[in-house]
Amino acid sequence: MKSTRKAYGETLVKIGREDSEVVVLDADVSHATQTFLFKKEFPSRHINVGIAEQDLVGTACGLALSQKKVYASSFAMFLAGRAYEQIRNTAAYSNVPIKLCATHSGLSVGEDGATHQMLEDISLMRTIPNMVVLQPADDVSTEYIIRYIKEYNDSPIYVRLGRCDVPTIYGEDQEFKIGGSKIFGSGKEATVFATGYTLHMALEAMNMLKEKGIYIRVVDLYSIKPIDKQTIINCAKDTKKIITIEDHSVIGGIGTAVCEVLSESYPKKVIRIGVKDKFGKSGNVKELMNMHGITKEHIIEEVLKKEE
Amino acid sequence: MENLERKSKEIRRDIIEMIYSANSGHVGGSLSCVELLVALYFKVMDLSCDEFGKRKDKFILSKGHAAPAYYAVLSKKGYIPRASLLSLRKIYGDLEGHPSIKTNGVDVSSGSLGQGLSIANGMAIAKKIDNKEGYVYCLMGDGEIEEGQIWEACMTAAQYKLNNLIAFVDYNGLQIDGKLSEVTTPEPIKDKFEAFRFNTYEIDGHDIELIIETIEKIKSKKSEKPSVVILKTIKGKGVSFMENDFNYHGKKLTEEEYLRAKEELK
Repeated sequence: MKSTRKAYGETLVKIGREDSEVVVLDADVSHATQTFLFKKEFPSRHINVGIAEQDLVGTACGLALSQKKVYASSFAMFLAGRAYEQIRNTAAYSNVPIKLCATHSGLSVGEDGATHQMLEDISLMRTIPNMVVLQPADDVSTEYIIRYIKEYNDSPIYVRLGRCDVPTIYGEDQEFKIGGSKIFGSGKEATVFATGYTLHMALEAMNMLKEKGIYIRVVDLYSIKPIDKQTIINCAKDTKKIITIEDHSVIGGIGTAVCEVLSESYPKKVIRIGVKDKFGKSGNVKELMNMHGITKEHIIEEVLKKEE
Repeated sequence: MENLERKSKEIRRDIIEMIYSANSGHVGGSLSCVELLVALYFKVMDLSCDEFGKRKDKFILSKGHAAPAYYAVLSKKGYIPRASLLSLRKIYGDLEGHPSIKTNGVDVSSGSLGQGLSIANGMAIAKKIDNKEGYVYCLMGDGEIEEGQIWEACMTAAQYKLNNLIAFVDYNGLQIDGKLSEVTTPEPIKDKFEAFRFNTYEIDGHDIELIIETIEKIKSKKSEKPSVVILKTIKGKGVSFMENDFNYHGKKLTEEEYLRAKEELK
């Protein structure tokens, strides 16, 4: 069990050792985002702009325009939310290849409550031209992605990371390329598209259903933009039901992204599990997920439900 | 110096031509910053490139609406073909209403106010990390510094001792809705930057010689602090009926206005 933010911080240290062009920025939350690990080893390459996310994005762009390999972090709420326009107009419009690594996304922030639970960032980031949006589900995929994007200079990237510990899902031999996805199982009853924090729930649901003799498949949409259209279409053709689950609003998140692909290429009903146009609240993560129905039990219920 | 003054006049003429041809554009704030741009591009800046093909000195036009002045200068320096100046703001043209990185000579897109100083900081920090020479220059509008991000950036610049950053404020006293003092003034500007740990200078922004001298003074001082030069300027400078009139912030020019302006700038 390890959080994706922890895996992020540890990976930064590794790539910082290998490449002196790596620069990391933070906005006074380096212990939470885990970039403090990088600061401990490379103080001159860690820039802390203070509680100033708009400045964070601009400064990151200036560094990247000077050929640095720049990772900039804050909480998802303040990076994608507070600095949205800076991300759009300074980073994306100039196509500056900064890596915006946002931690503390979604309801899985927990007790800090609604003001800190970013439920709209996938929606905001995916609508910006040039922007790539990635969300790893475990420590292994996080490390791969953070390493892989270091040399990616085609556009800015938003990486959505989480606060809570999550189980390790992948073996070390896996690749997580931009535009890809990962398929688990080959059942035909349903496909569950998950991303980030919800992937382990979907996998648990798949295993519980298997014990009842019901076979589904799960797809990890770690690359939210660009999205793996062909896999989504193939799964829609191959399986009876399409379900999406995300720790994000159902408006504009992966539920919407899957609907966009299918409505144009293979129209089919999509059941979207996620936050239904609501704000979050304080509580522990399990209680919050139950409150919003973002659970493996809900997936199972939807799979078993008779078609009307 | 006479030569630079002549260039300034030519650039003012180009600004009028471009804005008249575009049927829109920001004339007042373009005319007020001409001397600074001329001083930087024809005297101060080292425009040669490093091993990555990037210019050693950087300039960021944070008040991106002064794009016509910027383009006119870039054209004189050979970055933009002169013939393309009249394509400003046109669907077929390459010259956006506000600067775009796609235009040769432009280091970063700008125009959404308040964002340029942070970018300049990033460039200045990169130079510090690599121990590279060169300066980063950033021009802001006086109305622009009402944006909170400017002051976030000031804190970063001072904290990281960016003495390779020289910022400018085009202090023409007017913003879109009127006088600074009648909107929500950022004044006293000098005191604010002083409080934000900058070396501050306040000079006549239409005196090219003084601009150059001040920049030289900043460089020779070798202070640890970043510096700001507040340029006291006249919005619409050079065209009598536009001077100090906020109505000429952004405005399409009539044929009569165009001809009168051209006559005055002969």
